[in-house]
Amino acid sequence: MTGISIIFVKIKGLRIIDISESAVYSLMSYRGYTMLNKTLILCCLVFVAGPLQAQSTDIPRLAEGLPNISGIWQSLNNANWNLEAQVSQQGPLESLGAIGAVPPGQSVIRGGQIPYKASALDQRSQNYAARRTEDPEAKCFMPGIPRANYMPQPFQIFQTDTDIMMVYQFAGAVRTVYMDNHINAPLDGWMGWSNGHWEEDTLVIEVSGLNPNWLDRAGNFYTSAAKITERYTLLTPYHLNYEVTVEDPDVYEEPWTISMPLYRRVEESARLFDFKCVEFAEEIMYSHLTRENYFRDLGIDISGDSDE
Amino acid sequence: MNRIHTFGSAFLTGACLLSGNVLAQSESWEMPRTSWGDPVIQGYWTNSSLVPLQRPTALGTKEFYSLEEYRENLRRAFEGETDETQAGTAADVHYQFDDYLMNRTADSIAPNLRTSIISNPSNGRLPEATGEALEKLEAYSVWREEHQWDSANTRGLSERCLIWGQEGPPILPLGYNSTYQFMQTEDYVILQLEMIHDVRIIPLDGGNPAKNSLPQWLGNSRGHWEGDTLVVETTRFSGRTDANGMRGVSLDSNNHVIERFTRVSEDTIDYEFTINDPTVWKQSWSGVYPFKAIDGPMFEYACHEGNYGIENILSGKRREELDRMEAAGQ
Repeated sequence: MTGISIIFVKIKGLRIIDISESAVYSLMSYRGYTMLNKTLILCCLVFVAGPLQAQSTDIPRLAEGLPNISGIWQSLNNANWNLEAQVSQQGPLESLGAIGAVPPGQSVIRGGQIPYKASALDQRSQNYAARRTEDPEAKCFMPGIPRANYMPQPFQIFQTDTDIMMVYQFAGAVRTVYMDNHINAPLDGWMGWSNGHWEEDTLVIEVSGLNPNWLDRAGNFYTSAAKITERYTLLTPYHLNYEVTVEDPDVYEEPWTISMPLYRRVEESARLFDFKCVEFAEEIMYSHLTRENYFRDLGIDISGDSDE
Repeated sequence: MNRIHTFGSAFLTGACLLSGNVLAQSESWEMPRTSWGDPVIQGYWTNSSLVPLQRPTALGTKEFYSLEEYRENLRRAFEGETDETQAGTAADVHYQFDDYLMNRTADSIAPNLRTSIISNPSNGRLPEATGEALEKLEAYSVWREEHQWDSANTRGLSERCLIWGQEGPPILPLGYNSTYQFMQTEDYVILQLEMIHDVRIIPLDGGNPAKNSLPQWLGNSRGHWEGDTLVVETTRFSGRTDANGMRGVSLDSNNHVIERFTRVSEDTIDYEFTINDPTVWKQSWSGVYPFKAIDGPMFEYACHEGNYGIENILSGKRREELDRMEAAGQ
């Protein structure tokens, strides 16, 4: 980008903030200032005003002007443990010691709590009690939306000429966000069906067709009736505000909203790697069927036997 | 899971589409381009094919079928597919092929007159394996005989929904779900494979694929455009996947694959590949086939989430062992 174009961008930025625009232009037009001086004035003003008006101005944009949200992103909070407020506590697997303990975290929900119907609260309690083996994350199931976006692993956004693709490191989950051809979900899936559009600088995605899934390790959940509305807004080149409204009349009294920042992974080496977690889930899913365990559970001694 | 044409229409249209692997293209066709000027390969594609990886030995160096031979092959393949769902046969104890569109004759196919996908060596067959590979193959065979029923993690990778060997690279047609969604930006090409919902993220910086890498199931890929051809270089595989046709002979950093994707018409991408692993094969080998455009969307393949196969296979084996013990009076 040339120096002139930088100035242009900054001027556009200045027009948005509430400082004396007329004063700036008066200064700019003063005959005694050279272009260099004008540049310095602008730079100083931008430097001073920058922190106040970073939103929507100093963000990367695509050629056609839309925010460029391509890149690798990750949450940095406790939401995957519990969307609601959580004091630290023993984890679901005591044998891991402090490694498996639940860290503390504040709620990421507006209003603090999920407005469950009473019957659904019972389900959450049952989920929580069985979380060591029944949490879909423990089983390496695709995490669904919105959970995929706040798991403690990165995901990558690709903005193509038409649609947007989001690829998640966890379980290699992936979804296409259809930007033009909006149709109702033709069938249910773990990552649902995503129809997206831009509302000024905010990417809005409506997700439906989701299989029933958990929202976190605490057993919070939605059903196949869930409708998720996501809003992605670049705050700075490195911060994405992620806001999600969850509607599911089967289990909630009313729609509720999550809000959190997502952080750009800025290290040069950042990339997604394999996390094919099926093999890490087989112990909790199938170990009762290993030859050794199966016959031990039946009280049959097979020591010394071959399996043929 | 998409239909561009059924067996019947493939039978009829194949004739005008085929000229070996280089398909006829309209003179008026112009390469579609992205907003930044690269050829558009974004879209939905299939490589579903009845062309085998290796040429039947009886065909020698015959590289292409005649149109009449191709039609006859399709007819026989059609009969073969329907045989698999014939009531009262062992083969019938399976999915309903037609219900799940696993019958290739009911699905889209990418017509191709070739007698084999392999184009080099000239006999259309995999080159001779190294002694090291053959030793591993034999050792795995012995191990498998003894341990394959022990637990989930001694079962095959595809049965466990970890990966299918044909995912490659090189990408090879599967018996079903040979569907792909390609996406592209100025900096990346993203290849999503229907099978296992696996995704290959390919940076287009043309750099060394081993740089900034970890061993990966589908290797580490880097790409670049050579004119209108996307060239993708891949190495540093995980050591967990098998060489073609050789279970237990794993592919790792010694394996090196070059793929070339060239869009040659509105509905065809020519795909060429060369694979070289001197620890597995005594020479490199190459293949070629077309990807055919299909209508989207591509649906989610949630294999592990619905995998009742592992549970049933292991519990069936345990029951069999228990029955045998009881019969022996234990």
